[in-house]
Amino acid sequence: MFRKSLLKFLPAAFAATLLLSAPAAEAAPKKDFKVCWSIYVGWMPWGEIQNSGLMKKWADKYGINVDIVQINDYIESINQYTAGEFDGCSMTNMDALSIPSGGGVDTTALIIGDYSNGNDGIVLKGAKALADIKGQTVNLVELSVSHYLLVRGLDGIGLSEKDITVVNTSDADMVAAYSTPDVTAVVTWNPLLSEIAGMPESYKVFDSSQTPGEIIDIMMVNTEVLKDNPDFGKALVGAWYEMMAIMSKSDSAGMDMRTAMAKASGTNLAGYDSQLASTAMFYTPAEAVAFTKDPKLITTMEFVRQFLFEKGILGEGAPSVDFVGIEFPGGKTLGDTANIKLRFDPAYMEMAAAGKL
Amino acid sequence: MRLINQKVSRPAGFLLAAIPFAIVIIAYVSASGARLAVNPSDKLLPSFASMAEAFWRMATQPDRRSGSLLLWADTAASLARLALGIGISALLALLLGVPIGLIPKIRGLLNAFIATFSLIPPITVLPILFIAVGLGEASKIALIIIGTAPVMTRAIALAVSELPVELLVKAQTLGASTWQIILRVVLPQIWPKLVVAIRLGLVPAWIFLISAEAIASTEGLGYRIFLVRRYLAMDVILPYVAWITLIAFLLDRALMLSSRRFFRWAHLGGGGL
Repeated sequence: MFRKSLLKFLPAAFAATLLLSAPAAEAAPKKDFKVCWSIYVGWMPWGEIQNSGLMKKWADKYGINVDIVQINDYIESINQYTAGEFDGCSMTNMDALSIPSGGGVDTTALIIGDYSNGNDGIVLKGAKALADIKGQTVNLVELSVSHYLLVRGLDGIGLSEKDITVVNTSDADMVAAYSTPDVTAVVTWNPLLSEIAGMPESYKVFDSSQTPGEIIDIMMVNTEVLKDNPDFGKALVGAWYEMMAIMSKSDSAGMDMRTAMAKASGTNLAGYDSQLASTAMFYTPAEAVAFTKDPKLITTMEFVRQFLFEKGILGEGAPSVDFVGIEFPGGKTLGDTANIKLRFDPAYMEMAAAGKL
Repeated sequence: MRLINQKVSRPAGFLLAAIPFAIVIIAYVSASGARLAVNPSDKLLPSFASMAEAFWRMATQPDRRSGSLLLWADTAASLARLALGIGISALLALLLGVPIGLIPKIRGLLNAFIATFSLIPPITVLPILFIAVGLGEASKIALIIIGTAPVMTRAIALAVSELPVELLVKAQTLGASTWQIILRVVLPQIWPKLVVAIRLGLVPAWIFLISAEAIASTEGLGYRIFLVRRYLAMDVILPYVAWITLIAFLLDRALMLSSRRFFRWAHLGGGGL
């Protein structure tokens, strides 16, 4: 009887195995690609690139299909990309290093979209200087770019994380949390930031414009997939910069586009434009190429990887800060050159700048 | 012989029970092995060895940041919240459930209200909780209480109302007042029912504990899981989930065994889950 039951169960076990083994991103020439994005001022263009048919236009040009999927939860979108469900995903430089690259998924920065230039900030209740944060309890999404910004801010005035108490607080509950009397200091991002800073007795004492170019928003793609399918990279870059050209104009086409993006992010044109104002968008490929080639990017990534290592985010088991290698233009690297998992490669943006797409 | 009459011997029963566990483990090992073969640092389905290593590190090595042994600090924080939350819920269940089950006027007053209140999904009133009791420990414990007390109260009220009416009549013919009936007839019989209510309440209590810790905290089992989720550290998350399951299982068994020991008369029917 036992043997019989076992035999009956075997097919079920097999099916379960198949279910569990999500497909790893395949490294071979293929025709169908999927990239994902989540709501953030600098990534709203991806939604409109899909809706307006720009993506289809560029994908058709190279004879491929590219599906752009919106994921409601930012971290979930990165996890899905890391698990191999998507060939590309929008994320920050910091999260790219810690999640996919730290998880052994070789990832390339295909499009440097923008950097936060005031979109992330520290708000204190009833105090006007960052130094007043000393001894306070600070609510933020732990291990996020907010946490990074806080550490950078504290560094600048000779304080360290030991001088405060960090309370991990979900971004969804940040505004509600801030309206309670015992929450006196928060670090968060837009649109939450402007909402919280606009409350009475609240002062934005530090923001990312004081450490410009360090929180970078990027379309990251799987390096293997990109290597085997250059057309995938070309189609994405082509569609992106066509959208940039449209939305950066103040004519009616540009306004319509930005209004659509505003609506998709739950605000109106004025609200979206004010978020754009604290975002340094690279509307032309040439600006993005120059930013990628600037040696300052190496300094930034050095800060970022030290932060990640100290917080144990490069994997608790990472033996040293050099565990994951990062490659920059011109053959410069940080960390283990035998384990390069994050690559800043301006090649595709250069093609766009030279009009060769 | 019909299937419903085929009895299972003890060893065979043990093997039968092991089958689903074995299937899940085999499925996991093969899927994990397949992913690790492609990418040795895959984070999604880590090997058992790396999970054991991560668990050992959390349990025995002081954390780089805080200097404490994370697993024990998290477990202590979570269990304290759980104990306080479920303890207050049990007390409320007793204080409200007994009068509701026994006294018609109080049932008329409270029954509909508690039935309605128990239908509110507790997570949805979270912002109100924050403003009412702040963001600290109180709001986490309150969430557990809101999630478990109404159901436990109703379970107790139901158990009281199902007491044999003969007992109540007999006590009255002997001259017992309502208060005496509560103390001498109802309460002694309700203790094992309270244990059952606590065991049932623990299921949602764990869920609300983990969700509360995900929202704002500095330590706890749920806090750790949601924190390391930010970098897909499944080698920490999966052992933590197994650890939570083990604690929940042991708590449930301990409650059941103590009920059997202290209220042997309530388990004369034998069996029971």
